[in-house]
Amino acid sequence: MPPISHGFHGRRTDAGERDRVPPGQYVTHDFPVLSAGPTPHTPLESWTFQIRGEIDQPKSWTWEELTALPSDRVTVDIHCVTKWTKLDTVWRGVSLDTLLDGVDTSAEYVLAFSDGGYTTNLPLADIRDGKAWVAYEFGEEPLEPEHGGPARLLVPHLYFWKSAKWVRGIELRANDEPGFWEMYGYNNYGDPWKEQRYAGD
Amino acid sequence: MIELDGNAIGGELYDVFGMDMTGVMGVCTYCGAHAPVAEAVVYMRGPGTVARCRACHELHMVLVTIRDVTCVDISGLAALEMQ
Ligand SMILES: [Zn+2]
Repeated sequence: MPPISHGFHGRRTDAGERDRVPPGQYVTHDFPVLSAGPTPHTPLESWTFQIRGEIDQPKSWTWEELTALPSDRVTVDIHCVTKWTKLDTVWRGVSLDTLLDGVDTSAEYVLAFSDGGYTTNLPLADIRDGKAWVAYEFGEEPLEPEHGGPARLLVPHLYFWKSAKWVRGIELRANDEPGFWEMYGYNNYGDPWKEQRYAGD
Repeated sequence: MIELDGNAIGGELYDVFGMDMTGVMGVCTYCGAHAPVAEAVVYMRGPGTVARCRACHELHMVLVTIRDVTCVDISGLAALEMQ
């Protein structure tokens, strides 16, 4: 059986929405839970977000420190490789630009890492310039654990497996290291508009 | 329902291995637990499907179907003991 979640039925898509839906995707109004493991429950007191790897001095924020940083309210469309697209999702989070501000690095890639051992790789350029957030609210509410709370990466211009749930940090890397699904044949970059689902797409 | 058991991947494993695998005993690479494949904890709603050890939660199997070809990584199982 193909790795596609059946049983989610999108409503009719109107013409204005149609050009926001990448090829091969359909619109859902649910928010399907996608997971490769049990939901971790890290207490906020011991939660940190780290930037490590190709950086002189690794950086780390506690939950309190991270959520005290300036945050953005972003409304974006998200696209899952299992073929659903959800329009106009509302998030709050800290821009990676804020976290990477002042970071001097020769790295060109990052490997995001999460509680539970999940990883995903991205070019550093793809999480800069207002393209990525560490998101901790969804729809004005704290992000639920099933959807990646307390915080997940939000990189809406790529397929949603790149938006690592339960994210705990990023490793700055000189070379590109495939993450979990990338290692198993999913596309290294994952542009939904080019339908880059699998390696070689 | 997010967590299923190994019976949920019985059909897919049958297609790959050519036999019913659900009753086969798997030995966990990480904790050594012996359990039938049917007792794994299975997550099917990701890009691929993941089966984990019910005892230690480590990965037993990853199943990915790409362009109609299913690949199964069983490196989390030190042994599959057929009767
Ligand atoms: Zn185990």
